[in-house]
Amino acid sequence: MASATLFIQFRTSKRKGSMQTILSIAIDALAFGMVLFIICIGLSLTMGLMRVVNLAHGAFAMIAGYIASYAARDLGLGYAAGIFLAIIGTIVISVPLERFLYRRIYGSPELTQVLMTIGLTFCVIGITNYFFGPTLKTIPLPQALSQPVDVGFRTIAAHRLFVIACGAVVAGGLWYLIERTDFGIKLRATVDNAAMSDALGVRTQVVYAISFAIAIGLAALGGVVGAEFLPIEPYYALRYMVTFLVVVSVGGAGSIPGALIACLVLGLVDTTGRYLMPEFGNFFFYAAVILIVCLFPRGFLGRAQ
Amino acid sequence: MHIIAHEGTVAARPKARSRWWRDAAGIALIAACGAAGFWLFPDNLALLTRIVAVALLVLSIDLIVGYCGVATLGQAALFGAGAYAAGIACVNGVTEPMTLIAIGAAAGAVAGLLMGAIMLRAHGLAQLVLSIAIVQLFHEAANKASAYTGGSDGLAGLMVSPLFGLFEFDLWGRTAYLMGLALLLLVFIALKFVVASPFGMLCRGIKQDPIRIRAMGAFVFPVLLKMFVISGAVAGMGGALAAISTQVVGLDSVSFELSANALVMLVLGGLGTLYGALVGTVIFMGFEHVVSAFNPFHWMTMVGALLIAVVLAAPGGLSSLMEKVSASKGRSS
Repeated sequence: MASATLFIQFRTSKRKGSMQTILSIAIDALAFGMVLFIICIGLSLTMGLMRVVNLAHGAFAMIAGYIASYAARDLGLGYAAGIFLAIIGTIVISVPLERFLYRRIYGSPELTQVLMTIGLTFCVIGITNYFFGPTLKTIPLPQALSQPVDVGFRTIAAHRLFVIACGAVVAGGLWYLIERTDFGIKLRATVDNAAMSDALGVRTQVVYAISFAIAIGLAALGGVVGAEFLPIEPYYALRYMVTFLVVVSVGGAGSIPGALIACLVLGLVDTTGRYLMPEFGNFFFYAAVILIVCLFPRGFLGRAQ
Repeated sequence: MHIIAHEGTVAARPKARSRWWRDAAGIALIAACGAAGFWLFPDNLALLTRIVAVALLVLSIDLIVGYCGVATLGQAALFGAGAYAAGIACVNGVTEPMTLIAIGAAAGAVAGLLMGAIMLRAHGLAQLVLSIAIVQLFHEAANKASAYTGGSDGLAGLMVSPLFGLFEFDLWGRTAYLMGLALLLLVFIALKFVVASPFGMLCRGIKQDPIRIRAMGAFVFPVLLKMFVISGAVAGMGGALAAISTQVVGLDSVSFELSANALVMLVLGGLGTLYGALVGTVIFMGFEHVVSAFNPFHWMTMVGALLIAVVLAAPGGLSSLMEKVSASKGRSS
């Protein structure tokens, strides 16, 4: 999950003493948790608000990664333009999919949704690979983000800080959108009672389409800025599908604070496990998941269904 | 927890005798197809044996998903438990093939008990996530315990002694295939009895409406747990068969991908019918063998498109399509 750069940093920081190790674990865990959060909050919205188990969420993050890599590396447009094009491009791809595929499975049984979105994921993997080949794609970081930043007591990679800032902005922005704006009111009304909101003049189909587009845009953003942690390759969609789904169900679908807590807890568990006992791989991550889901069957802050 | 569309009512059919004949004919047809595979594809018996092993896995998923309505994406944990148990027993000197199958079944049943006990605590999405977490945990555990399982290199060097002391496991896999086919037929017949029994009917009732079943005075949890154990035994036998026939147990036998593919096969064939599980497995793996020879990614695109088409156009799978066709024919004649 976390990229090899963590382990290289670990080797160097091991000599500097345990305080440094704890600090670098904390920073990496926070950054990794924020990457998970940016990607998963979109999935949490689709699952909690629109009641669609969208396993193809990671596939959209992957598409964004490919677009950003193509724009920034092959066309040389730069990182910011890469992010922008990736988000726009992914949303453009997702709109017809929402209209023709997802709209048919709103309200279907979970198994149907799971199967259709797994099918979509397979398609995306196959098609992406046909066009871009099976190699790992990198998104070159700009100069400002690739160097370390001195924050007084130690240096931190600027990219980590950028990711953490992105996560904070996304969390704040979403909270504002849902709690404070006109659209947020309509969205919450649609979630609580779609038929009644429809009768009151809320165009629920439009609300659904816009929330879906927002969710996909967030997946795209997370896929691009998180490419350092979750490298872009053809099996990305399948490899992290489970991770994203797990994070959302641990946090409780539809809850922003819940998703934030889940991402930070699971990011901490995973990063700590990888630093201190790398030979165990994902073991601690999934052990923590089983424990949490058994204790909180609806996730940390999930609504009762 | 309305996982599955409400199809196949519990009502007992009046023509019990004609159903017996149908089942007998169906089982004979499976045996005939298996024998035909043996004569027609003598060079591909390893693949056919693999299909038989996976068919057992898909049957075991059908028991849980199709008959109990519990969605799972972690069935490979039970398959892998059987495979590793048989493999470890074989490396440690137990080489009798039927004993190995029994060990695989027992290990699968124990794993099924464990998995059911954890999974049945939750409902809906949390249940699905738990099943995934369990299979990933098994995967990591198998990877970590490399002293016993060989880790990512796989557990190799299984020397299985001849079946009944007579039939060697030859290079072409004839013995393994015929043994697998016989095992599949036996399991299939046994499962036919299980799903037609009052216990099987109770499971279908739980799938349709667990609250009502509880109101009628039945205990839901033990019934489902029992089905998990049966399902685990079937999946474990499949795992043991795969281990015996390939003489190696890899980490892929306890992977999320295998679980997801097996579920896809089941849905392709049709949930809630044992024939659907077999049809789906044969079609899926046959196509996979042909198409992935060209390019594995074309295969993924095709499976994906097929899956979307099945979900949107034929939610009951291929077997329900066939039933619809035969029903409309019966009406018109």
